[in-house]
Amino acid sequence: MAFILFSFTGSQKLFEKKSDFKDGIEIGDKAPEFNLKNIDGKKYSFDNIRDANGNKPKGYIIVFTCNTCPYAQANEQRLIELHNTYASKGYPVIAIQPNDPEVKPGDSFQAMKKNASEKGFPFLYLLDEGQEIFPKYGATKTPEIYLLDSNRILRYHGAIDDSPRDENGVSEKFVEKAIEALENGKQPEINSTKAIGCSIKTA
Amino acid sequence: MKYQIKYSGYILALAAMSFIFIHGCKEKGSSSKDKMIVEAPGEDKNGAWPKPQSAMNGIDIYKNFEDIEPIFNLENDTTYIINFWATWCKPCIKELPYFNEVDSLFNNREVKVILVSLDFPDKIESQLIPFVKKNQLRPKVVVLLDGNYNKWIDKVSPEWTGAIPATYIYNGKQNRLIGSSFENTEEIIAVLEPFL
Repeated sequence: MAFILFSFTGSQKLFEKKSDFKDGIEIGDKAPEFNLKNIDGKKYSFDNIRDANGNKPKGYIIVFTCNTCPYAQANEQRLIELHNTYASKGYPVIAIQPNDPEVKPGDSFQAMKKNASEKGFPFLYLLDEGQEIFPKYGATKTPEIYLLDSNRILRYHGAIDDSPRDENGVSEKFVEKAIEALENGKQPEINSTKAIGCSIKTA
Repeated sequence: MKYQIKYSGYILALAAMSFIFIHGCKEKGSSSKDKMIVEAPGEDKNGAWPKPQSAMNGIDIYKNFEDIEPIFNLENDTTYIINFWATWCKPCIKELPYFNEVDSLFNNREVKVILVSLDFPDKIESQLIPFVKKNQLRPKVVVLLDGNYNKWIDKVSPEWTGAIPATYIYNGKQNRLIGSSFENTEEIIAVLEPFL
């Protein structure tokens, strides 16, 4: 019996170690830089991302999302609408695919291109190649939204709205409300929400 | 070398335990339905097991989190392992056999494994039910349909980001949220052990 207890304790230590990474940004923190390849082959960073009018954005709707997660899929149309509404007002959507394509072949660069063209993504769809960016943001799942202001300060983090699975059930649009608050020079009333999502796939 | 010895000791113990439980199971198999009925009043004593809105093939379906919330707050001697999963979630599916094994290994202990499916409403009949049948899941499977996630994720645990798989383990004394997947049965037992 002592044998068993001993090995339990041993493996628990290993387990704690494995899941013991809590990095990421909080509301009010400056968002980490990135320089990632878009599905058009070009690289994008905060230095060259522009809004729909070619201006430096007033804010950034960064969303960690992917092709394969049902929750991500359920949000695709809403992200398209969000971009179409707000990119011209200075708030473009920037989608970042964080899954390791080796683990999730459906999220390969080729598959991202295909999905984006089929769905007609009007926004950037970047690959987090090497998976260095999502841990810096502290993202754990897809889809997960980070709304930044013009100075790259995190102002809202969480779900697109209160019914991520089913658009018909939406009664509160968290991201839109947060953008409206920023537009009015205010802080979003609700700056952090949670939703079920697919864990980001790492090797 | 030392590790090998320790490990083989563990395997032996595991094998012995499995043997006992597999045989224990056989006896119970025929009366599993009776057992469920008998078990209910016992749980009532320390907080009632909540009634579902509906059921499909013996799988209870809860519409709102409030309806299922009591299972996260039962006060008795049992340690509850509550796993959130869905049939389309690959890492969730991968760890189900480990939960099956834990359920079997701790069958006669005060441990109860519950698998809370977050499958989409239109996939319950077409995906979930056939999956549960095919894979002969031992633990109790329930469905939670509540899509207003922001309202209830923190009620399970403020530490949970909402990513699945996720597992909440609790008893009357302590609780813990594991926001990542388990790679083997041993890892679940390692987390469970401090609760026993």
